[in-house]
Amino acid sequence: MAVKSLFDLVTGDRGVIRKIEGLQSPELRQRLLDMGITRDAPVEVVRHAPLGDPVEVRVKGTFLALRMEEARYIQVETPDP
Amino acid sequence: MNTIALIGNPNSGKTSLFNALTGTVQHVSNYPGVTVERKEGVARLGEERCRILDLPGIYSLTAYSQEERVARDCLLKEQAEVIVDVVDASNLERNLYLCVQLMELGKPLVIALNMVDVAKRRGICLDKEKLTRLLGVPVVETVGHRGLGTHELLTTCREVVEGKLPAIPHPVTYGHEVNREVVALADSIQALPELVQICPPSWLAVKLLEEDEDARERLDHISEPERDRLLAQAAKARRRIHGHFNEDVSVLIAERRYGFAAGAIREVQCMSAEVRQHITDHIDGVVCNRYLGPLVLLMVVTSLFFFIFKLSDEWKWLPWFTGWKSPTEMVGLFFDAFSTAISGLQASLPMVHSLLDDGIISGVGGVVEFVPLIFFLFLFVSFLEDTGYIARVAFILDRVMRAFGLQGKSILALIVSGGLGAGGCAVPGVLATRTLREEKDRLVTMLVVPFMNCGAKMPVYALLIAAFFPDGRTRVMLLLWAVSWVVTLLAAWALRKWIIRGEQTPFVMELPPYHLPTPRGLLTHTWERTWMYIKKAGTLILAVNIVMWALVYFPRPPEPENESATVQVASQELAHSFAGRLGKAIEPVSIWAGFDWQTNIALIGGFAAKELVVSTMGTVYAMDTDSPGLLSQKLAARKDWGGRRALALMLFVMLYAPCLPTVAAIRKESGSWKWAAFAVAYSTALAFILAVGVYQTGRLFS
Repeated sequence: MAVKSLFDLVTGDRGVIRKIEGLQSPELRQRLLDMGITRDAPVEVVRHAPLGDPVEVRVKGTFLALRMEEARYIQVETPDP
Repeated sequence: MNTIALIGNPNSGKTSLFNALTGTVQHVSNYPGVTVERKEGVARLGEERCRILDLPGIYSLTAYSQEERVARDCLLKEQAEVIVDVVDASNLERNLYLCVQLMELGKPLVIALNMVDVAKRRGICLDKEKLTRLLGVPVVETVGHRGLGTHELLTTCREVVEGKLPAIPHPVTYGHEVNREVVALADSIQALPELVQICPPSWLAVKLLEEDEDARERLDHISEPERDRLLAQAAKARRRIHGHFNEDVSVLIAERRYGFAAGAIREVQCMSAEVRQHITDHIDGVVCNRYLGPLVLLMVVTSLFFFIFKLSDEWKWLPWFTGWKSPTEMVGLFFDAFSTAISGLQASLPMVHSLLDDGIISGVGGVVEFVPLIFFLFLFVSFLEDTGYIARVAFILDRVMRAFGLQGKSILALIVSGGLGAGGCAVPGVLATRTLREEKDRLVTMLVVPFMNCGAKMPVYALLIAAFFPDGRTRVMLLLWAVSWVVTLLAAWALRKWIIRGEQTPFVMELPPYHLPTPRGLLTHTWERTWMYIKKAGTLILAVNIVMWALVYFPRPPEPENESATVQVASQELAHSFAGRLGKAIEPVSIWAGFDWQTNIALIGGFAAKELVVSTMGTVYAMDTDSPGLLSQKLAARKDWGGRRALALMLFVMLYAPCLPTVAAIRKESGSWKWAAFAVAYSTALAFILAVGVYQTGRLFS
């Protein structure tokens, strides 16, 4: 098991969300929480936008788009390859 | 009459359910001061009628977005007897998160388990009796877009109101440690009647622990020492919880809410088979693909643009006695008929005739003329919105537009306003910003779309290019197109940097599953938006048009003795009017950009609609306006005109104050006069500076 930031995952990677860390804006953190980015939620990177940013992830049965800037703060535990 | 408040996640089918409940009796407006749509309707249950309030679609009851604030205020302030939470049965976990927050309010709640048909297709079955036991509130199954379950929903609500059915939700628990703090804080709040009056104590306690800005503002109702005491107590509680779990309370509470949702799902949901959303996945494989995605996007916006202008104006597809007509032409015919009907007045009451004809008919006509265009714009935009494509547009273009302080979805407004370089209109452009949910991004987009080259600027360009750049037509048009984009993007960037400051709105967005909207839903949505435009913009534009008319009409010059030269008379009248005097008054300044007083009058007239620049110029230069070719030849022949001046004028027309209908649209969409006035002021200033720059630079080289 390795903990990486969502920023570093590539398309098709799966993992489990560990923590939102280092995010300064409480507004954004609340927003991420509200959208289901919570501890222990399984997450899968579905695709990146044509310019590599934002990223689309599947979490709690829905597809979410978020910017790479914010993906940086989301720690994901991925199974070893 | 009882009131039912309808609330739910975006894409939960809430709007279809609202339509099914209320039929055609709907009232759409905006919430005061914000751009969020407010919808109200009346539902009938036998002889009884009840008011249904459709609150904006939201994911959470925090107060970060306009929608959430509006929804929360409504729930707390409006005296709704019952709250109906529309829950997407095929996506229970995410939808129950909002449901838990509604339970926190402690008000009578009914769950409309919507889209049960979709859930069944996906192999999800739900035990609604168990859900009722778990939440403590009635659960009704509905299929909004087919109108199923509406009767049962209304009956249930009535029984709740009559007290025959329990609907007060079970209290939400956040674990022992957090609960203890919530209860203690709620007890302190309970002792303050000013607060108990405006919101439920336990709800406020949770919000204070979450450090909710908006909840803290509610404490303004109590005295300062009491407020400080309460805040200190909340802070202490937060520290204790943080010490215990090594995690912020807001994170814990969100997790517990989701935990509650997940627990409920384990109890009530059984999956007969895991069916992935195959269709959506496949479509997105193409639509969001690295190479195909931008291509598809280009095709979609081009055809959107093509169809709304073709269908409303260029294609003659409506039958009429005199042959096939376009919708815009039909509107024109209608107003021409009025004009003809009152033409008898011209001789007897010239002033009344002029007021009716030039002021009122052309004013109202100016608004209604846009209606076909706006109708088709909203039809296509609603279609793209309801299918889920707009979210993909935002996804694909976000990176590019963000560099300029805009956002992926801004592109639609820019294209509609004339971004493709061949016609377009800023009025639907401003209205198209409705697809942007983020307040600041939306405002910036609204303030820059008028810089695009709309169809009304084309006659001005055509005239001046024909007169002064007959050989470089394509090149000049291309230049104008490029300039409009550069100015638009840079202006957006500058506005975001200096005027509408603040962090860029976080971009965390759901990409909802694709679905095909029903024609009825689409038409209802389109019509109510169109009607709102007619109503609001209509009254305003009419008023300002009368003012503009008066400026051009008064005061009258003394009666001329020689009545033969009517064109000459018209131009003298204009010179004598307020508009003419104003034109002369600002000539000393405008001459820096090369504009004489005649041009100024044309530009003042062009404020009503930019195509008027050409016709007014025809009048003030006392030339025949029937053929633009002639006017351009006469302009070309004048010694005081030249390419430099023409270029400065084209630039000025491109950028100066948005036309009246656009200003009215900005006023309506931004919710304040302040931004409408700002749009006029800053774009005119920018236009003038650039026009002077071009004119004066040109002088150095000639």
